[in-house]
Amino acid sequence: MAQLKTREVLFAPIFANNPIALQILGICSALAITTKLSTTVTMCLAVIFVLTLSNFFVSVIRNMIPSNIRIIVQMTIITALVIVVDQFLQAYAFQLSRELSVFVGLIITNCIVLGRAEAFAMQNPPWISAVDGFGNALGYSVVLLAVGFSRELFGSGSVFGVQLMALASEGGWYIPNGLMLLPPSAFFLIGGFIWILRSVRVEQVETEPYEIGPNTRTSPAF
Amino acid sequence: MFEHYLSLFIRAVFVENMALAFFLGMCTFLAISKKVETALGLGIAVIVVLTLTVPVNNFILHNFLDEGALAWTGIAALEQVDLRFLGLMCYIGLIAAIVQILEMVLDRYVPALYNALGIFLPLITVNCAILGASLFMVERNYQFGESVVFGFGAGFGWALAIVLLAAIREKLKYSDVPEGLRGLGIVFVITGLMSLGFMSFAGVQL
Repeated sequence: MAQLKTREVLFAPIFANNPIALQILGICSALAITTKLSTTVTMCLAVIFVLTLSNFFVSVIRNMIPSNIRIIVQMTIITALVIVVDQFLQAYAFQLSRELSVFVGLIITNCIVLGRAEAFAMQNPPWISAVDGFGNALGYSVVLLAVGFSRELFGSGSVFGVQLMALASEGGWYIPNGLMLLPPSAFFLIGGFIWILRSVRVEQVETEPYEIGPNTRTSPAF
Repeated sequence: MFEHYLSLFIRAVFVENMALAFFLGMCTFLAISKKVETALGLGIAVIVVLTLTVPVNNFILHNFLDEGALAWTGIAALEQVDLRFLGLMCYIGLIAAIVQILEMVLDRYVPALYNALGIFLPLITVNCAILGASLFMVERNYQFGESVVFGFGAGFGWALAIVLLAAIREKLKYSDVPEGLRGLGIVFVITGLMSLGFMSFAGVQL
């Protein structure tokens, strides 16, 4: 097997091969918690922790896993890590854990985690797998932080709960955009993010299965 | 009683739609919504699996995991045991097992349905909507009857959303979308608009 460059493995998933924008992985649990930056950051840290370690552990035992029960083994490793995160949050950051509600548990079914375990960690040695997990988690975090930042900034005029733009209701000048706090805005923001990313990196544009023909009508319009 | 269940069902389908209000099952939602036919197959599979897994997980929670739930064994040492921290592991394990059993049962007794759902069933294990519904059931303290209704309602709402999206995407083929937005990007925007539409159900109360 060709020697994979640590650097490439680490940085490729952030923009060139972003798990959310290009591979449509892991959007499931990502969007609901981006209304505030504090929950977003917690979620990112949780995913970085789980993804790095799950890739590492799966890779360590990759030669011992019988291939027909590998999914169950991977699931068990991931679930154990998520339980650690969940219990930790409940013990030390109870308020955050209430706000994240079911979404910490849903890291288990976050497709990035299982996807990386299956696609990368099963074939590669532990160190590079951990780096790959870390890189992918970073790619995921970049999108999440961008969405979380814009939602909190424009939705409530604050960043990390610190009021940056004084609200009109409290005598300031900024009238918050309520849409940003509602579920649909996350879809629009990610759609926009993908649009920007693909305008910069044109090779990521999806090709249409067919082309719309030019207007063949010959008579002048009337 | 009936009204309570009906109201719960309506809430699960429209107001708290799994896909559009909680973003659950998004990966499959976006990936397998190119054709109405396949979307319908996946939707039905999700309904079946949710209607089974949520009540079973509810049963496990109330009889094994919850604090003091093991009292029925009659062993004094077990009466105080709180196993809720094992919840996640049990739920995901059960979901995987039920999906596997369902696959084998369908293969043996209803081959027609198995062929229609075949490829979707294994995918469902890692669908966040399934685990999400079980976790919501835990968080909202549903009783057994409620969990059946909630499971079915959540599945129905998800299926409805994916079929609607697939129908829109079929029409979308004929429109001229800006280059960078093509494919995934525009689907996100459409899902956002659908989610906005579903929010108008927010006040519905029975």
